Amino acid sequence: MTPVLQVENLTTSFFTGAGEVKAVNGVSFAVERGEVLGIVGESGSGKSVTGFSIMGLVSPPGRVTGGRILFNGRNLVGLPEAEWRKLRGHRITMVFQDPMTTLNPVLRIDTQMIEAIQAHERVSRRAADARAREALAKVGIPDPASRIKAYPHQLSGGMRQRVAIAIALLHGPDVLIADEPTTALDVTIQGQILAEVQTLCRETGTALVWITHDLAVVAGLANRIAVMYGGRIVEEGDVDDVLDAPRHPYTRGLIDSLPEHGSHGGRLRQIPGRAPAPHETPPGCAFAPRCAYADEACATPPPVQVFGFGRGVRCVRPLPGSDQ
Amino acid sequence: MSDTPPILELAEVSKRFVRKADLAARILNLFGASHADETVYAVDQVSIAIPKGQVVGLVGESGCGKSTVGRVAAGLLRPNEGSVRLNGKDVTTDGAGLSVQMIFQDPFSSLNPRKRVADLIGEAPRVHRIVPRETLEDYVAQTMERCGLDPSFRRRFPHQFSGGQRQRIGIARALAVKPEVLICDEAVSALDVSIQAQILNLFLELKEAYGLTYLFISHDLGVVRHVSDHVVVMYLGRVVEQAPTAALFDAPKHPYTQALLAGAPRISRRRQVFAPVKGEIPSPLAPPTGCHFHPRCPFAMPRCREERPALKAVAGDRLSACHLNDAA
Repeated sequence: MTPVLQVENLTTSFFTGAGEVKAVNGVSFAVERGEVLGIVGESGSGKSVTGFSIMGLVSPPGRVTGGRILFNGRNLVGLPEAEWRKLRGHRITMVFQDPMTTLNPVLRIDTQMIEAIQAHERVSRRAADARAREALAKVGIPDPASRIKAYPHQLSGGMRQRVAIAIALLHGPDVLIADEPTTALDVTIQGQILAEVQTLCRETGTALVWITHDLAVVAGLANRIAVMYGGRIVEEGDVDDVLDAPRHPYTRGLIDSLPEHGSHGGRLRQIPGRAPAPHETPPGCAFAPRCAYADEACATPPPVQVFGFGRGVRCVRPLPGSDQ
Repeated sequence: MSDTPPILELAEVSKRFVRKADLAARILNLFGASHADETVYAVDQVSIAIPKGQVVGLVGESGCGKSTVGRVAAGLLRPNEGSVRLNGKDVTTDGAGLSVQMIFQDPFSSLNPRKRVADLIGEAPRVHRIVPRETLEDYVAQTMERCGLDPSFRRRFPHQFSGGQRQRIGIARALAVKPEVLICDEAVSALDVSIQAQILNLFLELKEAYGLTYLFISHDLGVVRHVSDHVVVMYLGRVVEQAPTAALFDAPKHPYTQALLAGAPRISRRRQVFAPVKGEIPSPLAPPTGCHFHPRCPFAMPRCREERPALKAVAGDRLSACHLNDAA
């Protein structure tokens, strides 16, 4: 099966007063139909910029400077804006962290949803309205007939995020990119949203790219994980492989620093230091300054070592896996 | 809660916030409209006792009143009813003073951006004469070092630090007045995972070193489970369950706690089928009658709609506020 979305060696730079800053530095991954890929990383790891790049939403001073984004085999890098508008919000959609900034505060929900439908399909207003209601019901909004007449500020954060997800799924997209969509929500509301997204993507076969800092959410949701650090994917693989037997020291450190793994009240195994800001990323392995195993060999960018199908680690000396 | 006498004790504390009807509403009232003042019962008869040297975790979702409890405990807000005791002394009206210090979620807005780190940390000890003026500089340096900050950065401004370091400045500032109790309100929630572990470790180190007592407020169950000896769960202004950490996480008694634990993603739960509780968190302006949780509760009975369940001892030293406890 050919992947619906294939990213090859994607590089996105920001041209600032201090020179070129590579926020995304040679990122490659592929997602198949119906698959959920979790992209995990801390602030500044380039995970959000990766999402924006795929959507063609990087604006100056930023620019995609290299690589290819293949959507159903077609390269999207350098696509004219008119072509982008046909795809964006239709075949490839995105849900953002803050639904208040996604939705237009001065338009009612129905206006925004009907606009989103009519932008890509020739349907009557009445048919669009019916579809919008149906979409709201599907994401678990109670009483959609009256909620659809509301303005965004009249809805709670969880409801707003549901509306944003409903809009993103209106056209049954091939790819949905979700950038921390549940981070601002409460635990019980997060559970509801995860459940809706899970079911909807399974039904429609939409490939889901879930960008988050939360390993626990990804563990429950994703089939595969890509861990980002310093603008690069440092480890990638099946969710069980990566979480049970991480082979990159950063992934290991991240998992170990979760309170879930420390004994109660004991010291957590912390990673020393902090993640580098994009403009101060070291030339070699970005994690080397914090890594317990680093030596001279880490001063040059480490190659990706491949272990079996879809499992790669960007490290000179990967940790032993479970099979060894 | 335990045999050790409590160092900080909230007894039947209630805090209401009233929004007076505004001018437009009052004018409309003259013409026969009925706009009343809006009252939020942010905290409704909450009792929490924190034994010396222990960590009490306070969990709940937005609007449950956990931050208000923290502010009442720190003396930043005066409760409408109930009392706050520190070492047995009533401090309800005067506040707990320096002995209870607070650490906030957002180190960006809780530090004055125009002050240098040395002043941020050193101001309170200087004003309160905790250390003589001549040794203040050394004292600030010591405190910074204790919190994992390089004392040579003391002339810098908050914006020159990363989020984790800024949180360390907030901790150093609280620590500088030699408090007995620290109230941490979502103190690690804004931090990246690897930084969060560093700050949690620092909290535990300080607890050992100074015999500190903590009220640890967070929505993150994993973090609370890790640091706390005892956990209090709140929902819409009320305590619904209170138990030793292990007991609460191993066998939650209250349906809300059960829902909270079941819904929380964990790294060990793969390809989870999320089966969340239904419904929204109701507005604290108009909480449901009876048990606040009944509209979302899978076990709700007619009685739950009418009668507020009392917080009662169920087994050992755990409390739960649910009518199901009477049936069992």
